[in-house]
Amino acid sequence: MSEGFQRRRGGGAVATFTGFEADLLRSLASQLVELLRNEVAAPHPGDDPLEQMLDFSGPTTEPEDPVLARLFPNAYPDDEEAAGEFRRYTESALRDSKARAAVEVIETLEEAGLPVELAEDGLVVDVELDAEAAGTWLRSFTDVRLALATRLGVEDEDEDYWAALPDEDPRAHVFDIYQWVGYLQETLVAAVMR
Amino acid sequence: MSAPTPVELDQPETEDLTLLERPWVTIVWNDPVNLMSYVTYVFQSYFGYSRKKAEKLMLEVHHDGKSVVASGSREEMERDVQAMHEYGLWATMEKSG
Repeated sequence: MSEGFQRRRGGGAVATFTGFEADLLRSLASQLVELLRNEVAAPHPGDDPLEQMLDFSGPTTEPEDPVLARLFPNAYPDDEEAAGEFRRYTESALRDSKARAAVEVIETLEEAGLPVELAEDGLVVDVELDAEAAGTWLRSFTDVRLALATRLGVEDEDEDYWAALPDEDPRAHVFDIYQWVGYLQETLVAAVMR
Repeated sequence: MSAPTPVELDQPETEDLTLLERPWVTIVWNDPVNLMSYVTYVFQSYFGYSRKKAEKLMLEVHHDGKSVVASGSREEMERDVQAMHEYGLWATMEKSG
């Protein structure tokens, strides 16, 4: 079990993961990339394909998926028109940067020795992040945690509810993963905090 | 014919001036997911605030449910809100006052 991140000489952070842990992080990051890239950013439902190709603008309405709605909140809660304009100009760029951050996490894990298919027992993956990469990982951990929490329906001070779930409830397992990523993030913040 | 009467103009209050120059604010809202340490880290890294100021704003978000973390022109605040969304914080903007 990883002890999380530690301060790195010269800035950034280091961590050691088991193969299983690294594989789990990769899988979470991959799901995030898939979600960000697969759901159509501009929801103009099933219209004329020509019109779609000629529409270079970004989306103007809130994403239907609750995870995406949390990742891309309304900037102007009381002004629908301004919110739409803001979304048109920012959502595509935000999707892109979040997807790129998750891809960077995956690539770093694989460069550190995580094979495409995890087979070997006892594999150890040492990750070394400079300050900039640590920032990217922190943002990606946040996106993963927001996604898991939104799917679960996590609320303030509801730890007792989750702790009381029986082991066979699949949500109990997802909540454990959510907390584990939170732990990793906590140690990473501590490692890079000035 | 009359000569223009000299009019004494009131010096605008400094506070009003600040308000005019900084008509928009960025608000960060509390959410059940983001770590207190991470929110502090974001305020330090992005806005360049001191640890002390960043922690004060983070605690406002935590206890009051929201905090005004920046003020400025509409364009500046749109940039800040977009950056907060990139960090995964729940941020909105509105006209100040």
